[in-house]
Amino acid sequence: MTTRLFGRQPVGMLLAAPYAVFIAVIFAYPIGFAVYMSFTDYYFTAPGVRVPHPFVGFDNYKTVLTDPAVLASFGHVGIFLIVNVPLTVALSLGLAVALNRAIHFRTFFRAAYYVPYVTASVAVVAVWLVLFKTDGLVNQILGPLAPDPSWLVNSVWAMPLIALFVTWKGLGFFILLYLAALQNVPKELYESASVDGAGAWRSFRSVTVPGVRQATALVLLLAIVTGANLFTEPYLLTGGGGPDGASTTPVLLMYQQGIQQGHPSTASAIGVVLVILVLLVALVNRRLTERSGR
Amino acid sequence: MTTPHTRAVPADEKGAVPVASRPGARSRFLVMGALITGAVIFLFPFYYMVVASLQLSPNLSLGGAFPSLGNLTLDNYAQINAALNLWQSLLNSGIFTGGVLLGTMVFGVLGGYALAMLHFRGRGVLFSAMLLVLVVPFQLSMIPLYVLIARDYGLGDTYLGMILPFAINSTAVFIFRQYFLQLPSELFDAARIDGAGELRTLWSIALPLVRPALLTAVLLTFIGPWNEFLWPFLITKQQAKQPLAVALANYISTVQASTTNPYGAILAGAVVLAIPAVALFLLFQRHFVSTDLGSGVKG
Repeated sequence: MTTRLFGRQPVGMLLAAPYAVFIAVIFAYPIGFAVYMSFTDYYFTAPGVRVPHPFVGFDNYKTVLTDPAVLASFGHVGIFLIVNVPLTVALSLGLAVALNRAIHFRTFFRAAYYVPYVTASVAVVAVWLVLFKTDGLVNQILGPLAPDPSWLVNSVWAMPLIALFVTWKGLGFFILLYLAALQNVPKELYESASVDGAGAWRSFRSVTVPGVRQATALVLLLAIVTGANLFTEPYLLTGGGGPDGASTTPVLLMYQQGIQQGHPSTASAIGVVLVILVLLVALVNRRLTERSGR
Repeated sequence: MTTPHTRAVPADEKGAVPVASRPGARSRFLVMGALITGAVIFLFPFYYMVVASLQLSPNLSLGGAFPSLGNLTLDNYAQINAALNLWQSLLNSGIFTGGVLLGTMVFGVLGGYALAMLHFRGRGVLFSAMLLVLVVPFQLSMIPLYVLIARDYGLGDTYLGMILPFAINSTAVFIFRQYFLQLPSELFDAARIDGAGELRTLWSIALPLVRPALLTAVLLTFIGPWNEFLWPFLITKQQAKQPLAVALANYISTVQASTTNPYGAILAGAVVLAIPAVALFLLFQRHFVSTDLGSGVKG
């Protein structure tokens, strides 16, 4: 009887209880609360004061989805993905293949690529700020080729530069991911490719690339999640999504609307839309890779 | 070992062949070139961070990328220390990170063990919930968490408020579960037959066997809160309670003009913020093994 009620080892409930409570309090309840706020007219009050929060249906969603600033911020995530995904896949796969074939200094290279990944964004953002200033080192090297106005204050270059920064910072993680995936590509496939007369490029195209497809799907998924989460970079690198809102992101707008301007309802609506989009894209991504994997 | 495919890559094995003319040598040259270019691109900003943080007067030109003896100083570190109170910020970062580590190592290990080893009601639901936590961006719960923790519970500007949303790292729980699953179940059956309770089995049989996983999880959990910016930035208004990442970010976005070499001071702060995580990584880098990451890929 108790077995049917609590399972074979009910002590497991006890051991897992703190984690279950944590998920309920820090994850499930706040998400429910966010969805609730997005359907009401919610505003901040002094602690302990109870005020009614009238139900307003889809009003907040209407406000958000017709706000050009919000739509632009989703577009900026699109620009981010267009720059970030191909660069990340090409560079991390290329470097992982190179690292896989290297004989000397493998540990050194691996460590070097991983260092930006373990370093705080705020610290490396500081260096990029200095390097890409109007009179910074990058523009000094480029000379007349430097964009005017400079990178971070140029409405065309601000978002691609943020994407470049995120690519640079995260690449080490993806190199290790591909390196692990490369170990699972059967050696026999390379042998039969070379027996069939395939050159290095050809066997890379027809053996390596399909062999690491799972990892590539994960890169895509994580890039989308990263893009949806962008906050620190536009907040610090481009001084709050500048110039003139050319590098705003949904999360930056959530912060500005929800906390700075005191409209948690619309901020929550942005969040709900964002998460639905992320989950949809993740689902499509998964379907596509599963089908072509067969 | 390497069977018939020696024909495909002859120069790799034998150094006796005339090196430059073989395709193997050329490709090896390409490989090394790519790796070195990559390393320079990855490491140069760090090098520049250190060099520019030691400059007395800012030198943004190409020459500024090389240290010159007449222009070296520790002034920038003194300046950032005066502006932020580095020790207090470091202490705040340490308490924030320590709290998250403690929560993850105690309750995360218990949760991971239960999820892997014990059959109890609700296990499937809890496992799905964990996967959801890993996928759904934290940002969705950011606004309601801010309302709850800062407004309703009045935990703004407290360490508890800072730690709470990160108290148990779900990625670490996932790693614990994966490692516990790999242990042979006979060991546990034997322990149970001998009458050991679950906590006892976990403490004296399972934990010693997954020690490498514990270290990996500690390192992984450490860099999360140490580098975290958004949440502590929302929850702390007083500088005395801010972790270094938040204090430095506020310094970057507000007081740039007030010091003689603002960029030197910013970069000095960046060096101090970067060092603990980078040092831990370099010390324990063989524990950041690709197989841990790969376990997610193999599916």
